[in-house]
Amino acid sequence: MVSGITRDWLLSDSPASRSQAAWGRRYRLWLQFRRHGLAMAGLCVIVFVVVVSALAPVLATQNPGAQDLAARLAPPSAAHWLGTDELGRDLFSRLVYGGRITLGMVLAVVVLVAPFGLAVGCVAGYAGGIADKVLMRVTDIFLAFPRLVLALAFVAAMKPGVESAVFAIALTAWPPYARLARAETLTFRNTDFVAAVRLTGASASRIVLRHIAPLCLSSLIVRVTLDMSSIVLTAAGLGFLGMGAQPPSPEWGAMIASARRFLLDEWWVPTIPGLAIFVVSLAFNLLGDGLRDVLDPKQS
Amino acid sequence: MIHVADLRVRFGQNEVVKGVSFSVPRGASFGLVGESGSGKSTILRAFSGLNPAWTGQMTLDGEKLRPKRDKSFFRRVQMVFQDPYGSLHPRQTVDRALSEPLLVHGIADAQPRILRALAEVALPQAVRFRYPHQLSGGQRQRVAIARALMAEPEVLLLDEPTSALDVSVQAEVLNLLADLQQARALTYVMVTHNLAVVTHLCGRVGVMQGGELVEELSAEDLRAGRTKHPHTADLRALTLNLEEPDL
Repeated sequence: MVSGITRDWLLSDSPASRSQAAWGRRYRLWLQFRRHGLAMAGLCVIVFVVVVSALAPVLATQNPGAQDLAARLAPPSAAHWLGTDELGRDLFSRLVYGGRITLGMVLAVVVLVAPFGLAVGCVAGYAGGIADKVLMRVTDIFLAFPRLVLALAFVAAMKPGVESAVFAIALTAWPPYARLARAETLTFRNTDFVAAVRLTGASASRIVLRHIAPLCLSSLIVRVTLDMSSIVLTAAGLGFLGMGAQPPSPEWGAMIASARRFLLDEWWVPTIPGLAIFVVSLAFNLLGDGLRDVLDPKQS
Repeated sequence: MIHVADLRVRFGQNEVVKGVSFSVPRGASFGLVGESGSGKSTILRAFSGLNPAWTGQMTLDGEKLRPKRDKSFFRRVQMVFQDPYGSLHPRQTVDRALSEPLLVHGIADAQPRILRALAEVALPQAVRFRYPHQLSGGQRQRVAIARALMAEPEVLLLDEPTSALDVSVQAEVLNLLADLQQARALTYVMVTHNLAVVTHLCGRVGVMQGGELVEELSAEDLRAGRTKHPHTADLRALTLNLEEPDL
């Protein structure tokens, strides 16, 4: 049995290489994670949405921008699985393409924010003194702004669009990560194992990069996953207010905004993108909860 | 080899080490004993460079030590910590922990060196890629000792290296330390509150009380009870009482 051999290899208590040890550790975490039904459901939904978005050109039944005014606001049917919007565009195709924009924005924000927050927090926590004070006061200033208001002001000052929305969300999303990384760094900086590394003569940057940052990573991953839902919501909110993705592009928040007039008579037109936002946000939250139980046992 | 003169360390308003002086010749072992809070560990941390807030004089092989140490110092002096559960990085395998000093100092042929180090502290090859949580306390302390020896230091600072271990494992680790000292001509400075441990390993013993070195004597004198300072006699009596409560 091939899977049996692989399983034994992964669970071996005396691995033969560093990578086997690392994969064994990951596999044990996965076994733990698999027991969380809701978190697994969240993971499945997210994998599903990612796959659907990646395959959007194949899955979409029609061009998401193609207008057909004769068939506007049509209810779901064989031709239009989820109906059409006010310009006769196929909602299913728009939803599928919209997933690309939403997930792309989430990914862009995370890629910008997580490493930056981690770096600021670790440096502040490990260096201490003046560097810590300056970095943390800057963090406090950003933390004091209401998230959506700062994002709105920032987008309004720049040109409304997906890129400005990403920057605006990133600008307001990093401070919690910096605080989290700093708190974690403070708990590790005076441990004996860090003292032992200092006694090898390692430089401060090496200690932070190779010994402290990896330890902060797991709680950061949990926090980022839980925050992804609020990034989805902020992105949709900016889209709804006309400050995010611009009209022809099928971003979910913008779709709700342009269809909100029809909520009473053709309810499915704004409801369907709303459901998509709801399901993806919920999935990220469930996934984050499961990850927290696995990666961060001390907090549960 | 090691010469400490009038060492003082303060934490805020509180002077923890109040002018301690001692010297250790090359290849010898010096023990520091005393109650908790008597400042013995603080002396080790100051000497190792972990605590730069000290005044006085410390020399290594005639070379004056400054609060900030350079890389070459850490090749010559290494430390083993009290708690083997806290002194190994929880996410790094034994292999990674042992290769870290080699990487930092740019020492080549890591593979054979790691295998040799494991053999030297009597650990099986199977533990090489295990994480610390997969090892017993004694095994962890052996890994910590192996790590300290990777860069081939001349001085080993031992901060209560056995007090967190089971009694049976304590003896194994002590014997290992004694063998290593023979094989490598190491100089030891050991901190402990256990007089039996200190007389087993160290030729000379300094007794600490309230941040001062109140008496320095040989291990034989301590064993035979030829003490001068009342605190030494107290410590000794306490140990005897614990070992033979009927007497």
